[in-house]
Amino acid sequence: MGRVFSGAVLAFLSPLAAAQNQINMSPGVTEIGADIFELHMLIMWICVLIGVAVFAVMFYSIYAHRKSKGHQASQFHESTKVEVAWTVVPFLILIAMAVPATSTLLEVYDNDEAELDILITGYQWKWKYEYLEESGEPVAFFSNLVTSQEEIYNTDEKGDNYLLEVDEPLVIPTNTKVRFLVTANDVIHSWWVPEIAVKRDAIPGFINEAWTRVPEEGIYRGQCTELCGAYHGFMPVEVHAVSRDEFDAWMAAKRGAAAAQTQLAMQTLSVDGLMDLTGKDDG
Amino acid sequence: MSNLRLSRVPAIDTALKLVAAAVAMFAFVFVVMVPLYNVLCDALGINGKTASQAYTAVPAAVDEGREITVQFVAINNDGMPWSFTPNTRVMRVNPGAANGVVFHAVNPTDADMVAQAIPSISPSRAAAYFHKTECFCFDQQMLHGQSRAEMPLQFIVDQDLPADILTITLSYTLFDVTGTVTDGLASR
Amino acid sequence: MGEHHHGPAQGISRWLFTTNHKDIGTMYLWFSFAMFLLGGFFAMVIRAELFQPGMQLVEPGFFNQMTTLHGLVMVFGAIMPSFVGLANWLIPMMVGAPDMALPRMNNWSFWILPPAFLMLASTLFMEGGAPAFGWTFYAPLSTTYAAPSVTFFIFAIHILGVSSIMGSINIIATVMNMRAPGMTYMKMPLFVWTWLITAFLLVAVMPVLAGAVTMMLMDIHFGTSFFSAAGGGDPVLFQHIFWFFGHPEVYIIILPAFGVVSQIIPAFSRKPLFGYASMVYATASIAFLSFIVWAHHMYTVGMPIAGELFFMYATMLIAVPTGVKVFNWISTMWRGALSFETPMLFCIGFLILFTLGGFTGLMLSIAPADFQYHDTYFVVAHFHYVMVAGAVFSMTAAVYYWLPKWCGRMYNEAMGRTHFWISFIGFNITFFPQHFVGLAGMPRRIPDYALQFADFNMMSSIGAFIYGASQLLFLYNVIATVVAGKPISDEKVWDGAEGLEWTVPTPAPYHTFEEPPLVPKPAGTI
Repeated sequence: MGRVFSGAVLAFLSPLAAAQNQINMSPGVTEIGADIFELHMLIMWICVLIGVAVFAVMFYSIYAHRKSKGHQASQFHESTKVEVAWTVVPFLILIAMAVPATSTLLEVYDNDEAELDILITGYQWKWKYEYLEESGEPVAFFSNLVTSQEEIYNTDEKGDNYLLEVDEPLVIPTNTKVRFLVTANDVIHSWWVPEIAVKRDAIPGFINEAWTRVPEEGIYRGQCTELCGAYHGFMPVEVHAVSRDEFDAWMAAKRGAAAAQTQLAMQTLSVDGLMDLTGKDDG
Repeated sequence: MSNLRLSRVPAIDTALKLVAAAVAMFAFVFVVMVPLYNVLCDALGINGKTASQAYTAVPAAVDEGREITVQFVAINNDGMPWSFTPNTRVMRVNPGAANGVVFHAVNPTDADMVAQAIPSISPSRAAAYFHKTECFCFDQQMLHGQSRAEMPLQFIVDQDLPADILTITLSYTLFDVTGTVTDGLASR
Repeated sequence: MGEHHHGPAQGISRWLFTTNHKDIGTMYLWFSFAMFLLGGFFAMVIRAELFQPGMQLVEPGFFNQMTTLHGLVMVFGAIMPSFVGLANWLIPMMVGAPDMALPRMNNWSFWILPPAFLMLASTLFMEGGAPAFGWTFYAPLSTTYAAPSVTFFIFAIHILGVSSIMGSINIIATVMNMRAPGMTYMKMPLFVWTWLITAFLLVAVMPVLAGAVTMMLMDIHFGTSFFSAAGGGDPVLFQHIFWFFGHPEVYIIILPAFGVVSQIIPAFSRKPLFGYASMVYATASIAFLSFIVWAHHMYTVGMPIAGELFFMYATMLIAVPTGVKVFNWISTMWRGALSFETPMLFCIGFLILFTLGGFTGLMLSIAPADFQYHDTYFVVAHFHYVMVAGAVFSMTAAVYYWLPKWCGRMYNEAMGRTHFWISFIGFNITFFPQHFVGLAGMPRRIPDYALQFADFNMMSSIGAFIYGASQLLFLYNVIATVVAGKPISDEKVWDGAEGLEWTVPTPAPYHTFEEPPLVPKPAGTI
């Protein structure tokens, strides 16, 4: 109990505790993330204001119009003026909300002219990332949870990134428009990284699009957000945003590794007697 | 009591009408919602679905001044052991021109298998402007164990493609439908 | 028909063969309370597992069975039947009818429910376990990838759907044909109005749910491909059909709750309901809008932007009629002579918490913001504010309000108020922090979570245990009242109560209004 309440108090008082007991949406690092955050705050404050006004009236009534204080009930039961007012005014407020909401939505859907395309495929229960490039050795890999069973079953101390760490993170360059093509291999998954404000359902048989442009280097973590079976809670997303140079170097290394892999696969195939299938002898 | 009994007759009448309404709503799901959804998908390109029949090319001028990047993606669904790849990953095409690409499929298992490729286009609003004159996805593909096939695709990008679309991604997800095909044959 | 003039039959056959609306109402209420406890038990398992990070009590697969069954049992077993029970007890008495229009069908519609839930609960003991795909059962997780028990789940859904449709047909037939002379539509109590509209919604959308599960059944067993891309189908189609049912469904749950609150607030304000006609129109508009907003549950599936915008605007519009209702209730209280017995306390709790749930609903309707909220605990908090603090609180208020009329005994007021305060505080400790963890990024339906969510989850679990325990107090209070409560005989149990049900003797006799009553004055007006 002590931990609960001190935790809650800390959350309100100490900015240092923000990561520990975050109580609000994060604006994230991208432009769209910031826009969504502002939209969220705008609507929340409008709701808070309306709520305060409405509940103030109610609590005043509860305080002043109680039978125990001898208040006599008046018998009015309609007023066309008031009723029209509280139908029209909320409608106008809604229009005021719809305007910024529409423009933010248009921004989210504006996924043209990407400089890098990445195919994200959801599997039970891991993600596969594939860099779609015109030429060169294809780079594709799986990204699995690395949190140990001992941590999950409480026999080991839990690390800082408990359940949010993977063996091979997705690496993207900063200040580059990256387009994600999202699909799934088996059931529906959903790829979400709150800090870059991208959430898209991964649907088997179909591809969905999303995009981001990350301005800051850093590690951004997320999770699958569509129930996808027993280990739905155990397929995190880890994105590393790195400088263009660092990204190119990483890519070159990956290509080299992939080429070696292909070589090996070709040899294995030939051993299996599949060589004649491919029709030529370049192994 | 008598007035209760009298009022039952219109009540039964109301009930029968409501039963009919409920049955109609059940039928509505099958005969309206499902076909309507498919029509809307085709018209609006929901999910990037493309037409399931060959497009009859109408002669049209090739727009030489415009170049569209077409990206090909091949995906294997759960438990599909085939190797499945396009012979080119990216093509630059002019709207109105006929283009071709070939997908390689290899069945490395010893068993005969049947596959169905499901296309999906992104951005989805490009789907209505992507015409396939020939596609392996129109039919199921049978491959004997340890064999390979080249599967052709011919397409035209419509001249009316909205100007802001510069890249079209065409994905094919390959599903193993061997089980359903044999079941179907057995039941016949 | 002569036997109707006697009292109830004795023994078990009274309950098995009864066609009496009061007996059937009672059975519905007890059944739904049993389901409420069962669904609550599942919720306790969920919150116990989430008490701390790490897996302690159950395996992830079983955790998913718990979340699925919790949702299904609460929605279809607890909340919906409880309001049907209330309708059975009250609608004939409120419109001055001797019974429901189709009493035998009434008996069937109740008695097919227990087998349906027995079948659903039995899946827990089957190989592969109970359904574990969430109460929304999205394909293909619920078709190609489901445990074999899914077939039993489908049959259970079919049966309870038939039960709901029969119950609704009965309510519509009663309201349309059995009203006492002089009881015009615009004189009906608001509870009858909201139920009439709810019943039409049920007749319209329960068959859609039946269609969805039938397609699943065909996909699983008969080789069709409604929801499988491989055969030309589409898993997203499932979501469209499900939510075409599912969104009206949430109003099916909340509209009768609105009706209850619209009966109780005037009674304890000693003042007629403000804006009776606008309440009726607001209810009808909410029902209409519920058919054109379903895809706001699916903003992230990748709809065309025109679709996103349409569903966003339509959803935002629902705030208008809902706001009208809240303003009307508060205006009803304004300058009344308020007293705060347990039913009124639960209604005020409803008013505050439902409004909060409405606000988060408005936030969720904003498509771009929903990209961050979707499928997080923010959504979980939102729908528990409207389902628990909305439907369950108002149902609880209804029980305290009408129980003395039903059994002629007064409940223990001090215990009732204690129940309210523990529920109110426990509820908020449980669900308010869930807004925080949701916004901070915790997805829903996960059995284990990252460390930064630990404190609020522990708080939430403690709140859940408090809220859960307070329901046992409720159970005790109801049983103690029925068995040994202080007998009362005033026809009007509450001095401010209006309506025909308060003109019959207390406790309400087995048969009421065998001769149609004179409708004294329009309900809801003076």
